[in-house]
Amino acid sequence: MKYPVHEHGKFSVISLTGEVDLNCSPQAREQILKCLKKNNHLLIDLSAVEYIDSSGVASLVEGFQTARGQQLQFALLGVSKAALQVLQLARLDKVFPIYASIDDVDL
Amino acid sequence: MNTAAQVENNLPHQVAPDVVIDVKNLVTHYDDKLILDDINFTVNKGEIMVIMGGSGSGKSTLLRFLLGLNTPTSGTVSLLGKDITQMSAQEMYEMRKQMGVAFQGGALFGSMTVAENTQLPLREHTRLDENTMRIMSRMKLEVVNLAGFEDLMPAQLSGGMIKRAALARAIIMDPKLLFFDEPSAGLDPVVAAELDELILRLRDAMNMSIVVVTHELDSAFKIADRITVLDRGKILMCGTVDEVRNSGNERIHNLLNRKPRQDAVDVDEYMGRLTGRNIKGSLPD
Repeated sequence: MKYPVHEHGKFSVISLTGEVDLNCSPQAREQILKCLKKNNHLLIDLSAVEYIDSSGVASLVEGFQTARGQQLQFALLGVSKAALQVLQLARLDKVFPIYASIDDVDL
Repeated sequence: MNTAAQVENNLPHQVAPDVVIDVKNLVTHYDDKLILDDINFTVNKGEIMVIMGGSGSGKSTLLRFLLGLNTPTSGTVSLLGKDITQMSAQEMYEMRKQMGVAFQGGALFGSMTVAENTQLPLREHTRLDENTMRIMSRMKLEVVNLAGFEDLMPAQLSGGMIKRAALARAIIMDPKLLFFDEPSAGLDPVVAAELDELILRLRDAMNMSIVVVTHELDSAFKIADRITVLDRGKILMCGTVDEVRNSGNERIHNLLNRKPRQDAVDVDEYMGRLTGRNIKGSLPD
């Protein structure tokens, strides 16, 4: 699965969709790291995510830490309730910058 | 707060019933001895079912059948809609990817660190890269409050830490079904309460269906959506916490009030059991 990417101001926006699980998370990880390799600030849109498992969250964690190392901005958009509960389980909701929508991001 | 309809359907946590475990007419013997006698119950998606009973009630044996470790004399055990009593080894291998098990003693590999133990199912069942596996493992250790202990060996852990490490390993694959054998046994009350909270959080965050085998009443009443009470291989009742608490069944009442067994004694049967021969056997010289 290849997730859609578009540009918005200084950010690249990757929209994850459907079920981000063991089958799909390697692709999500690859796309996240690829964008960061290009030194792009990154927003991950989770509004269309129906389910995200630990491997999907791990991809977000790795992306966030990589972005921090490169002093790039990294944030999550439109986190669904299902995804938020998974983040909360490991207290990651307190770690990731989270915005309700792209309109709330300081471009 | 449960709605009246939910309570009526014995589904305090579920809105729409979605059976993920279905045990039908399960019977098993060890040699000639009947161990489980016509066991029937279901577990719904996102539900915590506690299997409760005294020592020798058959609850640990029942767990072995739910895990597909034993084959019953008769009856079926369906997980996620598939009868595991009829499964091939390959089918069972696939099913186990969706099951997490935390055994009573932890069953950690003594020669591996906590992190290596936790990552084991990922290495066996996935092709994820090392970074992802390491982060997943650390996330789960964070969830069970073992962050920073990943490089320790099991021998360096306390009893409560071993149980939590075992739980981290059990949930590493985000299983649909989680089985937990005696989570509170041998733990101090504070650690036991923490584990209970954790089980509730896993149900709510991951929508896991969880089967907990325990004889700890406080723990059972705190976490259960429904309780199946076993006694001498039979189900005495299956119901909500309130239904079990308010049961008029004497054996359940005795279990809840920790009363010792007061069965009528069959002298012939009892003496036969002690001496190893029945009344017709020859007397000693």
